[in-house]
Amino acid sequence: MSARLRGHAPFAAVAVLLLVVAPLALPAFRLDELAKYLCFAIAALGIGLAWGQGGMLTLGQGVFFGLGGYATAMYLKLHDAGGDLPDFMVWSGVEELPALWRPFGAAGFALAAVVAVPVAVVLGALVFRQRVRGAYFAILTQALAAAFVILLVGQQGLTGGTNGLTNFYDVFGRDPEAEGTQRTLYFVTAGVLGALYLGARQLVRSRFGRLLVAVRDGEDRVRFLGYNPATVKTVTFAVSAGMAGLAGALFVPVVGIISPSLLGVVPSLELVVAVAVGGRYALAGAVLGAIVMNYAKTSFSEQWAGGWLYLEGALFVLVMTLAPRGAAGLYEQARDALARRRGTPAPAARPREAAT
Amino acid sequence: MRKPFLRPLAAAALLPAALLTACGGQDGGNASAGAGGNDGNTIKVGILHSLSGTMAISEVTVKNSESLATDEINARGGLLGKRLQPIVEDGASDWPTFAQKAQKLIRKDRVATVFGGWTSASRKAMLPVFERNKALLWYPVQYEGLESSPYIFYTGATTNQQIVPGLDYLKEKDKKRIYLVGSDYVFPRTANKIIKAYAQANGMQILGEEYTPLGHTEYSTLVNKIGEAKPDAVFNTLNGDSNVAFFKQLRSAGFDAGRLPVMSVSVAEEEVKGIGVQNIAGHPVAWNYYQTTGGRANEAFVRAFQARHRGAVTSDPMEAGYNAVHLWAEAVRRAGTTDVEAVKKAAAGLSLDLPEGRVTIDGATQHVHKTARIGVVQPDGLIKEVWSSREPIRPDPYLRSYPWAAGLSS
Repeated sequence: MSARLRGHAPFAAVAVLLLVVAPLALPAFRLDELAKYLCFAIAALGIGLAWGQGGMLTLGQGVFFGLGGYATAMYLKLHDAGGDLPDFMVWSGVEELPALWRPFGAAGFALAAVVAVPVAVVLGALVFRQRVRGAYFAILTQALAAAFVILLVGQQGLTGGTNGLTNFYDVFGRDPEAEGTQRTLYFVTAGVLGALYLGARQLVRSRFGRLLVAVRDGEDRVRFLGYNPATVKTVTFAVSAGMAGLAGALFVPVVGIISPSLLGVVPSLELVVAVAVGGRYALAGAVLGAIVMNYAKTSFSEQWAGGWLYLEGALFVLVMTLAPRGAAGLYEQARDALARRRGTPAPAARPREAAT
Repeated sequence: MRKPFLRPLAAAALLPAALLTACGGQDGGNASAGAGGNDGNTIKVGILHSLSGTMAISEVTVKNSESLATDEINARGGLLGKRLQPIVEDGASDWPTFAQKAQKLIRKDRVATVFGGWTSASRKAMLPVFERNKALLWYPVQYEGLESSPYIFYTGATTNQQIVPGLDYLKEKDKKRIYLVGSDYVFPRTANKIIKAYAQANGMQILGEEYTPLGHTEYSTLVNKIGEAKPDAVFNTLNGDSNVAFFKQLRSAGFDAGRLPVMSVSVAEEEVKGIGVQNIAGHPVAWNYYQTTGGRANEAFVRAFQARHRGAVTSDPMEAGYNAVHLWAEAVRRAGTTDVEAVKKAAAGLSLDLPEGRVTIDGATQHVHKTARIGVVQPDGLIKEVWSSREPIRPDPYLRSYPWAAGLSS
């Protein structure tokens, strides 16, 4: 088998599994859940790019997930209301449609997917130009997630408050609970994930990708070579935010709700934990981490209500201490260990753990 | 260099997907079981409350009282000759999880009905799931009204059975200058909208309206503001932990129940323990049931509950959850089936003697007739009734029979 073919075989296998095997084997209810995991996987892919490749530990992806999700939900709500006020505004005492909602009446969905990108560009430009990085960047993004939730909860008339936005009767002309709709949404989500994965892989393999890794492992050296690390990081951060936004936009029709509890500090952290467990240095590790962790969360909480958080925490600690490169890094880790035992030097070009 | 990480990942990729597929097969088997949770010798019912997270402290008690009710029914020979099999799920204080678990109970477990929810947010998240699947939810907590879903039965109070009587009581006691304090979410905001409309029509004055985020614990500024406004009473819609801080700081600022009564609608026996009796004793609360409520049905309920949970108190939402199970079971008995539409029909007008007294389901709104009771927190932590509407009040979630509320539910 040529090296080129071998590179594509795993992707093809996963594609077949997701697009052919799963829809045939899973009952509608489980397929619906898998679609939800795939939404999280899209957001995780973005984190894999920003954190694994770019060394930007972003603890606030929930913000961008939320921007995409709320934009879609606002569009769906306005569509359902058909000229009237959305239901939650009526009981929140709002009398006329707020200006913020107007643009979502028509081109809402188009806006939904991209609304996160300009926000990330502005934020990234401000932050990276000031050379905010490492723990400071992580804290900043986490604070942003916390602030975003407070804003959403406080503006009940505008955002539905803690309830969030839910109860959509019409998702692009279809009944959201019908099995056909759920199936279509699943395929759309899987398709988007596949396309974004290929795109991200291309990005990582390109010159830009190498520059990004160089910025991660030695930002100052890259600067001395005449590149501007701030630009590289801003672009990557914006791409990663765009993925989170798209994930949120898909999540709303798939699950049928968006609320502040989906995008605060804890869900943002859970995404990062999933990426770490799956393996942050491999894009596929991030994707699979998100799918497996969310699947485990569902099945575990069905068996042992309330115990999942402990297991998740324990798993994270275990992975961080025993396999810092995550599940996807196990193969390399085993190879290194074997090489060390044989007394041959381990292959170089290993990511620096301290960089993040 | 081709990225070597792809190779080991192929194996890792196939594993979870294979797992999912394997589990999917099992689900498929379950899904074909008899509809309506009516399967062989058991009837499955769902119990869906937060067993983890911030709401767990309150919701676990409701889960316990609902389990007590299903066990009572089983002990008396079950329902339609079959045993009730409760399937307990954790909503994890997270609204989307409630929607997801409701979906699971309905579609995978095929339960006959679900008892669950506490916060309005969790109910709003579950509502579309129950409506689309034409499944039944019994919701056991007082709430802000302005809702009536054909697939939800509301066994807690709506506003005209709790908040309006609370205001009537304050008016009767000549407390006409009111300050509003609440947590920042849908119930307090909607409740306060109603209170303001009531005040305007009844010659009462609202001196201030303040919201704090859920879980907020710093109330000295707010207590100062209240001190400056000099109201006759405070109407409190704070939820959870915030009550602890609020009542403590109010007391340390020198306001006791005699000087400034605080009427609460989310503080029951369970919460009094957390707040500390010394901080809240003497303040009024508005509910439909107290542990001290008289009658043989309540004595039996309290005894049975305390036999299982030593030293536990019984509260209004717990009683409403307990009621929900018995009301549903009675409707099933009358319908002779667990079929949702038949049960709904049988439930309309159904009347039972329950711990709070005679409870009748109003067919049109699927709420229940409830007696309003104002109580005062006693030094022993229990609540003593000081005022009641004497007879059950007809539920009116949209306040259509109150002229002053005309603009509220447009």
